Amino acid sequence: MNAKNADKIATGVLYAIAGIVILILAALLGYILIQGVPHLSWHFLTAPASAFTAGGGIGIQLFNSLYLLLITMLLSFPIALGAGIYLNEYANPKSKITGMVRMTIEILSSLPSVVVGLFGFLLFVVQFNLGFSILSGAIALTFFNLPLLTRSIEDALATVPDLQREAGSALGLSRWETVGHIILPAALPSIVTGVVLSAGRVFGEAAALIYTAGQSAPALNFGDWNPFNISSPLNIMRPAETLAVHIWKINSEGIMPDAQEVSAGASAVLIIVVLIFNFSARYLSSYLYKRLTSTK
Amino acid sequence: MDEIRESLLKQSKASRKDQFGRAISFSALALIVIVVISIFYFVASKGLATFFSDGVNLWGFLTGSEWAPSQVGDNGKPLVGAAPMIIGSFLVTLLAALIATPFAIGTAVFMTEISPKRGAKILGPVTELLVGIPSVVYGFIGLSVIVPFMRAVFGGSGFGILSGAMVLFVMILPTVTSMTVDTLRAVPRHYRESALALGATRWQMIYKVILRGATPGILTASVFGMARAFGEALAVQMVIGNAALMPHNLTSPASTLTSVLTQGIGNTVMGSLENNALWSLALILLLMSLVFNLAIRAIAKKGAM
Repeated sequence: MNAKNADKIATGVLYAIAGIVILILAALLGYILIQGVPHLSWHFLTAPASAFTAGGGIGIQLFNSLYLLLITMLLSFPIALGAGIYLNEYANPKSKITGMVRMTIEILSSLPSVVVGLFGFLLFVVQFNLGFSILSGAIALTFFNLPLLTRSIEDALATVPDLQREAGSALGLSRWETVGHIILPAALPSIVTGVVLSAGRVFGEAAALIYTAGQSAPALNFGDWNPFNISSPLNIMRPAETLAVHIWKINSEGIMPDAQEVSAGASAVLIIVVLIFNFSARYLSSYLYKRLTSTK
Repeated sequence: MDEIRESLLKQSKASRKDQFGRAISFSALALIVIVVISIFYFVASKGLATFFSDGVNLWGFLTGSEWAPSQVGDNGKPLVGAAPMIIGSFLVTLLAALIATPFAIGTAVFMTEISPKRGAKILGPVTELLVGIPSVVYGFIGLSVIVPFMRAVFGGSGFGILSGAMVLFVMILPTVTSMTVDTLRAVPRHYRESALALGATRWQMIYKVILRGATPGILTASVFGMARAFGEALAVQMVIGNAALMPHNLTSPASTLTSVLTQGIGNTVMGSLENNALWSLALILLLMSLVFNLAIRAIAKKGAM
């Protein structure tokens, strides 16, 4: 076999592999959307779930997912921002300790999410007696989210050229003022992208939540916005089953007669939300970039 | 005079602000490190209790093939053999990585060398999107497509290691592919040009130059995918059948470390042997993710030219 024939065969094989992969990926997306989208309706998106009869919705779970995402972001963004600023602006890049800290963050990002969830269960649910609650879940998700968010914020800060820092110093600004007034605004578009993409990841996470935010969704009274009432949607001490956990639960317990339909619909919702996050990350970042840099 | 002296000797406002900022951002970083240390401390203290306070033999735990922590075996010791789960975890992980890596390499080569236009237009965005799909969705698809398919082809219940490996294969494929694409793109352009100038065909260039140059990166991508597959809990738990038995073939119900953990933790009493044994499984998971991490570092160090 000469080299030319080998080249032709190899090209054919590569086309075939790429074709198979496209087929698998397209089938995957198509399956979820075709199975799920027909079940979507206003009733499905807003009605509470019903455990033993068909026709339940995912209203409470959807709200829980979004609320949990909000609380998680409120907890993790300041920490990740601080850590990212320290790593990129203050830490000595050559010191051994900085290297160790980076390794620690990398280890945290590679920990299985179920282990992070179990840790949250052990420490917050049991030890600190927070019970299965949105708060415990949000803390577990924060641990799960911190390494990647820190990394993306650090990367975003690193793309700002050092000229800007030198300009700040030359004007007599302290390093902190330079960060606050010059570096952060310049890095904002990429930071926003990082935050939104990590939000998509947090939204679909389930393994870290089954033993922290719990697997039950008590009825909520959407007229009651006092965060201290037990049935108020804003209460952070109530157990809250999220959408992803709901899909897992109805599939592994199998007592719901229309589990297949409900999980198909819920999967479609999850994927559509993740899609929205992805697109809005791109859109927001280019919008902010244009806005802040007066690029036409 | 004194006023000037004082203002010169005193810390300036800017420097105080800087110290404040430094302290705040440092404490955020310290918090992350503390979290990691405490995860290791708490899981290890729970997981090691099986061996120290319940007196289970470590070797027996790792190699024993019977998992029934609430029962006592013939020798009067509790039946905590974790081998079925450990083997199950490794089998699904290796199988998934074995299937996914060639597909990922092929797709990545296609995207970077053969048809960059189509790669950038179709494959790129699709893989990016699929990286973000929640793992329960993969589990649900596995349950409603792959398990019935396995049932039809191999008989039995359809649950098992093969189904788990297939779900994980689809799940890690986008991640491994996009990482491989990054490493292939990082191979310098002049490598390609020199190979072609020497009269190599495109395939010779790909096979003899580009793939060789990108080997460390491809290995990293593959190990990264394995780490993800090893730690995945719910998608696997939904399709593997959850029988804590030694796997005899690939299509009978089995279990992994993560699947036993997700099922068991809620049904055991904190502090009991049943519960501690589960924490030992979690400790194994934790140590394995450390091993994967070190492997990636070692590859990166060796591959750095």
